Amino acid sequence: MGSTDTETPTKTSVPADANDLAGLEAGLDALETVQTRRASLRETLVQKVLPPFTAVVLVLVVWQILVWAKVTDSYKLPAPTAVWDEVEAAWRQGTLLDYIWTSVQRGLFGFGMALVIGTPLGLLVARVRFVRAAIGPILSGLQSLPSVAWVPPAVLWLGLNDSMMYAVILLGAVPSIANGLVAGVDQIPPLFLRAGRTLGATGWRNAWHIVMPAALPGYVAGLKQGWAFSWRSLMAAEIIAQSPDLGIGLGQLLEAGRTNSSMSQVFLAILLILIVGIAIDLLIFSPLERWVLRSRGLLVKS
Amino acid sequence: MATTLAKSAKSEAAAASEKSAESANRTVGGAGALDVAARIEHVSKSFATPAGQQLVLDDITLDVARGEFVTLLGASGCGKSTLLNLVAGLDRPTAGAIGTDGRPALMFQEHALFPWLTAGKNIELALRLRGVPKAERREKAEELLSLVRLQGAHGKRVHELSGGMRQRVALARALAQDSQLLLMDEPFAALDAITRDVLHDELMRIWRETGVSVLFVTHNVREAVRLAQRVVLLSSRPGRVAREWSVDIDQPRRIEDAAVAELSVEITEQLRGEIRRHGQH
Repeated sequence: MGSTDTETPTKTSVPADANDLAGLEAGLDALETVQTRRASLRETLVQKVLPPFTAVVLVLVVWQILVWAKVTDSYKLPAPTAVWDEVEAAWRQGTLLDYIWTSVQRGLFGFGMALVIGTPLGLLVARVRFVRAAIGPILSGLQSLPSVAWVPPAVLWLGLNDSMMYAVILLGAVPSIANGLVAGVDQIPPLFLRAGRTLGATGWRNAWHIVMPAALPGYVAGLKQGWAFSWRSLMAAEIIAQSPDLGIGLGQLLEAGRTNSSMSQVFLAILLILIVGIAIDLLIFSPLERWVLRSRGLLVKS
Repeated sequence: MATTLAKSAKSEAAAASEKSAESANRTVGGAGALDVAARIEHVSKSFATPAGQQLVLDDITLDVARGEFVTLLGASGCGKSTLLNLVAGLDRPTAGAIGTDGRPALMFQEHALFPWLTAGKNIELALRLRGVPKAERREKAEELLSLVRLQGAHGKRVHELSGGMRQRVALARALAQDSQLLLMDEPFAALDAITRDVLHDELMRIWRETGVSVLFVTHNVREAVRLAQRVVLLSSRPGRVAREWSVDIDQPRRIEDAAVAELSVEITEQLRGEIRRHGQH
């Protein structure tokens, strides 16, 4: 640890063996401190990138073999190359990124709103006994309700427009985010709350300095699930709600593929939905979760 | 260094703690309102259990003088931790009154450091909650860290520190509250014997340097004698003050000293007597 020569000669109250004590303590600290090391780039490539890459290649190979073996008609199972042609065509027309962006910006904006509503709601449910008793069970129950069920009422209430999409996203994601925060708050060790109280944290200062950061692991897990629910709800809404005003998102692309009986377009849409879902998780939520866990020493490296 | 630190923000701490005096039978005075660091007068505490009201503390009267080091000793069920919670203001007594000079700082058996903050930021949070301006926090945190001989540990995460280092950061955080009274609830019980021994020396040094009053709870008789100016033995179920000893052994002491051992034997005999009474009916 740090240097040991900390004693100033002016302190007469310190016993003569104080320097021994400082040295002793520095020795103990050095003996008990564990050194940690971060993985190198090569290790990361071999351990994190190689396995999923292999899996994808394997799926493509099996897919191609099934096509060659003609297990079913080509309109039911298009070749990987046919799907790739579809990607290329959409890219050349310049519509590929439009499809993706239409859905992604809806999804992220809806998720952002869910975050703003779900966080204070979760905090209220977690910390106010009356509110918990009143709406806690409903909030957990809402999580098991498939969000596609909200599409018909949302269309009737709001019409075929973006607000209807956002309503469906909110009804899907807000319970996840709020429940994640509630679970996070429930799992706070009581010792942290006692320590906070002795330090003088009460009311809002307690919520901001102690409760929220202590509940962060559960909250981040809720956010991750909230994003998955946002994306699923949005796709359900896009598949069902077809209107020229809405533009073409990935859900509409999928539904258009079905009406055109174009299996390669259906595959393209499903693949894009999957890829976007995974990409957002990998780019935003997984790093966030790893950072939270690592900074608390909760992520053990093998 | 640390003593000036303790004096500079005295009035702020007193003002802040007056606001938090919440119940009638608990007074949290500013500087000068009390002539002692803590006054516990005829305090009783009972808890509701399925079998009815259970009396945990019975008519405890105890003063901790300013700058005094008192250890509270007792077997299981003597209500040591309950008493400390009452003095800390985390709970209210059923009867009697407790007065403290400002809001006491409390240290637990577990370090209770917040894992989402670094060692230094844990201390800075205590300073912030006490109302220390942002510009001064970093410097004061560094001062407190060097007081517990952890200079350079400001940016360390809690999980990167050893058990002994964590308890020293916890001590620094408790001292950051700038309280006249430090309550310690078996703070070294979870440490290995070597580290505990070193921390005894450290605690003695810091107590002398800061002039803080300490009420230290333990079930370890030798530890109690090693540290204290006065040892208070509590009986169990309900907790009562069974006997007090003032410890006139010169500091620096060692836990192996003959004088420490001699008094420890005497206290242990009395403690065993208290425990035996419970087996007789």
